[in-house]
Amino acid sequence: MYQFSGKLKMLSLALIIIGALGIGFSFFSAPKTIEESKEMIADQASHGDSHGSEHATGAANSHDSQHDAKHDEHVFHQMQNKPWSALYVSLIFFLGISLLVLAFYASQRVAQSGWSVVLFRVMEAITANLIPTSIIMLLVILSASVLHWNHLFSWMAEGTFDPSSENYDAIVDGKSWWMNVPGWTIRGIVYLLLWNTYRWFIRKNSIAEDTANDYNKTYKKNYHASVIFLVVFMLTESMMSWDWIMGLDPHWFSTLFGWYVLASLLVSALTVIAFVTIYLRSKGALPSVNDSHIHDLAKFMFGFSVFWTYLWFSQFMLIWYADIPEETTYFVARFNEYKMPFLAMVVMNFVFPILLLINSDFKSKPWFVIIGGIVILAGHYVDFFVMIMPGTVGSLWSFGIAELSSILFFIGIFIFAVFSSFAKANPIPTGNPFLKESENFHYFNIEHEGEESTDHH
Amino acid sequence: MGSSKVIHAFYNDDEVLLDAVKTVKAAHHHIEEVFCPFPVHGLDKAMGLAPTRIAITAFMYGITGLSVAIWMTNYMMIQDWPQDIGGKPSFSWLENMPAFVPIMFELTVFFAAHLMVITFYMRSKIWPFKKAENPDPRTTDDHFLMEIHVHNNEEELTALLAKTGAVEINVVEKH
Repeated sequence: MYQFSGKLKMLSLALIIIGALGIGFSFFSAPKTIEESKEMIADQASHGDSHGSEHATGAANSHDSQHDAKHDEHVFHQMQNKPWSALYVSLIFFLGISLLVLAFYASQRVAQSGWSVVLFRVMEAITANLIPTSIIMLLVILSASVLHWNHLFSWMAEGTFDPSSENYDAIVDGKSWWMNVPGWTIRGIVYLLLWNTYRWFIRKNSIAEDTANDYNKTYKKNYHASVIFLVVFMLTESMMSWDWIMGLDPHWFSTLFGWYVLASLLVSALTVIAFVTIYLRSKGALPSVNDSHIHDLAKFMFGFSVFWTYLWFSQFMLIWYADIPEETTYFVARFNEYKMPFLAMVVMNFVFPILLLINSDFKSKPWFVIIGGIVILAGHYVDFFVMIMPGTVGSLWSFGIAELSSILFFIGIFIFAVFSSFAKANPIPTGNPFLKESENFHYFNIEHEGEESTDHH
Repeated sequence: MGSSKVIHAFYNDDEVLLDAVKTVKAAHHHIEEVFCPFPVHGLDKAMGLAPTRIAITAFMYGITGLSVAIWMTNYMMIQDWPQDIGGKPSFSWLENMPAFVPIMFELTVFFAAHLMVITFYMRSKIWPFKKAENPDPRTTDDHFLMEIHVHNNEEELTALLAKTGAVEINVVEKH
């Protein structure tokens, strides 16, 4: 049995506290009134900040007073959104990773894969992070929709669906059969419930499998549950990405968006599995995991990095090529105001992993996998940053205390949830009929000491 | 070489063959060649063959293909005759780059795949109308053959091979 060490527990609690303090600070320092936000912008302008000055001069000179007031309110909302968005980016990222680890785990059960069985408990432990992130997501859903605490989703503003209001938005109104607050809230809760139900079920039954001794009846039950979950997952994941991410830009739509979000989260999820596996193995908690397992994880990281790039480029190139204004605005906003992160993420998520992980020898070296993985994870965080921020804070983005402390906060929760969950079960799923195959799994061209297959079959 | 005699040991099981290869290697005999009807996993390792470098060549061919695609699109679409086609920006290669990516991708794959295959044919000396170098037709069906050069040690080798489970041992003159 693995012991969740006191040192690691302290680290996770420290991260949660530091993160929470930083998040609290960022909410505290966000402007409370329009006047305050104007002052802050003016202050920034005097420091020569390009975003600020652009807005300040724009507001002062070129607009009439009514437009001016509207602009100020707009900027005020964007500034109020900053701490929320910082939290939201990290939340979606960590929630999504936990969800995709769950989906990958289900796919491994359904595929009856022989190599990954020794990693099942690692994946199950990572999905434990789904519970706290789901609870926080639930709170965000409720505070956004029912309580109207934030302006993350512009279409939730009052009067959007009311033709007599000056906030009336005919385009969004046309989508009101899908984009309405009650529907959005209920759907969000249903997604979270479905995912957590499967997680709860499969974790319980996976542990039951260890001692079941019932001619694989439990194993088959888990197989069927995973098949059903994968169908449910594909539907809810697409809808989740429309509701929670694409909904931030309610005038824009893209048909492959759900796949794109999936690819981004899947490659991050595989990287996280590799990280936790490498860490636990270095602590001696996973005796039957060898370099071939790491090699396979790295292959998946490599493959899905390319898959992500394929979808990223397909979405970008189709919109760029046809250049239809209502679609192109999405990338215009990103290319003008987020050029550095927008282009950097392609290097981090594609060029770097493809050059680092293309070599078969490198893929089996934990050290290389970690270097590649850090860049991949950072790159996909930036990916979500670029997906979410333009719709909520526009040009006022920055990466500072709010964003960093949200990341630390969720890393802390992740460490606590994952390792305390891993310590609660046998690290080897002894009841799985493919366990022996997985323990003897060797990729043919890895020749490390003591890792040569003696079995020629 | 001295002698042009070789010994042919036949096996009818890949497991037996693998063990035989290990035994012969352990006795410090040089295995000239092994003929198999299908790939035997671990045979190259047991024989101590150097790993292939064909993947490295493929990577370099891919880079060549990418360079050709970049050069070609840049020369044709930007340098030679930069027309306005449907409003696409042909002022610089980078501005119109997304439109060239499908070509860049395909040519990378095309060069990597085809040149690698041709490299394989050349290195393996395979081409149409090539005379088959098959010492015994059974090796394409259900027999494995190990070929070892004989250097005045015919009895010793035969005894060793007989112990490894060979079903037939022939000493033949090779030209």
